[in-house]
Amino acid sequence: MIPVEQPALVETFDEDPAPAVSASPARQLWRTVRHSPSASIGAGLLLVLILVAILAPVIAPFGPNTQAGAPFTPPSARHLLGLDDGGYDVLSLLMYGLRVSLLVGFAATLISSLVGTVVGIVAGYFGGFVDGLFMRVTDYFLVIPLLPFMIVVADVWGANLLHIIVVIGALSWTMTAVVIRAQARTIRERTFVRRAQAMGAGHTRIIARHLLPQVMPLVVANTVLNISYAIFTETALAFLGLGDPTQISLGTMIEHAFLRADISEGAWWAVIPPGALVAIIVIACSLLGRAIEDSLNPRLRTAHLSARVFRVRPTRPRNPGRTG
Amino acid sequence: MRRADYVVKRVGAAILTTYVAVTVNFIIFRALPGTAVTNMSHVPDSGLGLQRALAREFGLNHSLLTQYGLYLWQLLHLNLGVSFDNQQPVVSNLATDLLNSIPMVTLATVFSVLLGIATGVIAAWRRDTALEHVSVVPALGFYATPVQWLGMIIIILFSSYLPTTGRTDPYLINPTFIQHWADVMEHMLLPSLTLGLVLYGQYTLIVRSAMLETMGEDYVLTAKAIGYSNGRIVRRFAFRNAMLPVVSVIALSLGFIVGGAILVETVFNWPGIGYAVYQAVLERDYPMLQGAFLLLTVSVIVCNLLADLVYFKLDPRISAR
Repeated sequence: MIPVEQPALVETFDEDPAPAVSASPARQLWRTVRHSPSASIGAGLLLVLILVAILAPVIAPFGPNTQAGAPFTPPSARHLLGLDDGGYDVLSLLMYGLRVSLLVGFAATLISSLVGTVVGIVAGYFGGFVDGLFMRVTDYFLVIPLLPFMIVVADVWGANLLHIIVVIGALSWTMTAVVIRAQARTIRERTFVRRAQAMGAGHTRIIARHLLPQVMPLVVANTVLNISYAIFTETALAFLGLGDPTQISLGTMIEHAFLRADISEGAWWAVIPPGALVAIIVIACSLLGRAIEDSLNPRLRTAHLSARVFRVRPTRPRNPGRTG
Repeated sequence: MRRADYVVKRVGAAILTTYVAVTVNFIIFRALPGTAVTNMSHVPDSGLGLQRALAREFGLNHSLLTQYGLYLWQLLHLNLGVSFDNQQPVVSNLATDLLNSIPMVTLATVFSVLLGIATGVIAAWRRDTALEHVSVVPALGFYATPVQWLGMIIIILFSSYLPTTGRTDPYLINPTFIQHWADVMEHMLLPSLTLGLVLYGQYTLIVRSAMLETMGEDYVLTAKAIGYSNGRIVRRFAFRNAMLPVVSVIALSLGFIVGGAILVETVFNWPGIGYAVYQAVLERDYPMLQGAFLLLTVSVIVCNLLADLVYFKLDPRISAR
């Protein structure tokens, strides 16, 4: 390939395009996160949020059950975000709510990612009858509506965090399964897998040593995006009164803001923060997840019509003496 | 015949999935343990005659299998029981609510599709320039906000300019036809705006991804080498091919919009399907819940089928499996 050098306005392609030895998917993943600005922002935000959530009991100025004053007190130096309808400090509630929301998000995503990846890999790799069977099951799980299922669970078995986590996880694994299955089907046709099969490798070995590492970046991207979906769903469930009444999550904070006349009282300090925090979490997860997904799609790097000129660096010659 | 084959297969699969959804609905609402859920003849404030009629129609004193059979039979006759809330047939309640929901949701969808496609194309075309960030950042922001929270923010911002509750003004007495519909349109603006903003965010991101993928294809490079201008390439080649996945995604999301409207309608008290679901959840109005969720599930299945068929018609590369 003739290296194309054009007068570039700004060098936009700063990632190493063609290293002499191709890196493992894990290393490519790390490189993506490091170099892409949106991924770094997303990852950084997530880390900060997780830290705040873990340290909430230590750094929150007030406890979640301490009434610190009159309801609907506006923000002041002592209460940076004022007090809500019950007289609780909004900033502290925000931190404790973040804890619960992130817990639900991560736990539900763990379930859905695990189940979805297993189903996707098995369906995509084995194909044929197994594939058809799993896809039928996925279709039927897709039509189970979330809300009535949660209502019945709440009525019959009670609405606590564990049940919410299980319900969200059990009804969202289908999205992961479909994506992973498509990827597994593509990888199964690749030369190195065929070669391994020809050499007599068993199914377990091929899946564990060849399929799984290739599928992992997509699993990571999907997991991150599912976290935001799980947190969204928890918010929706809480808003409709199906959340855990004994825990404060960001969803229940929004529900209280709606039901307890915060809007008519003009208490914007109790309405705005929980939703804004959910938005920040979702933005962070989206930035990170999409950046990873985009890095797996080489077509997205070359846009022939872009306004800026991409400078394509020449491939590094193996032997400096020869011309590349 | 390729077309007939594919259509028949898809419709058949959709019918099968509908049957499974109907059965799942029955299991969730009638067959699980817990007596409150299962007895749909216990309509509050109703006469014995009604209760006896319901018990007979739905076989509530018989075995579960008989109940299932009678449930399917009544379903074919569009009989879903009687709502606990207003003692009216569930089907007529749902019909009224659906007629209220559709204009609002349609307005939101049209707004979000047009705006989403426009910003997505701009964001992809002007990649890595300031214009892209200006397009993508608000879209990402609106996509990330919980829609009920966005609704509350919009209420706070616009409550002095536009009505924020309900579908009609209760103090508007004997309105003329024009007055009535102008009033309804006024009330429809804010809920549609809220739903539309969240949808527009999602569509922008999807359109941008689809356009970027298309712009990296070889035929675009060929077109540029031939000498077409960028604008012509985008209009004649890239846009059309990028719209393929976009159309199917939009059709898919239409099915879920009816469910997403639950949150918007609750915040704005818009008397549609979503609000009916919310009320039914609060009051544990099980026949209404069962009917509404059957409706939502079937609409998702129908929209999936439509998306499949539309994609099949638009993309000549797909052949029947």
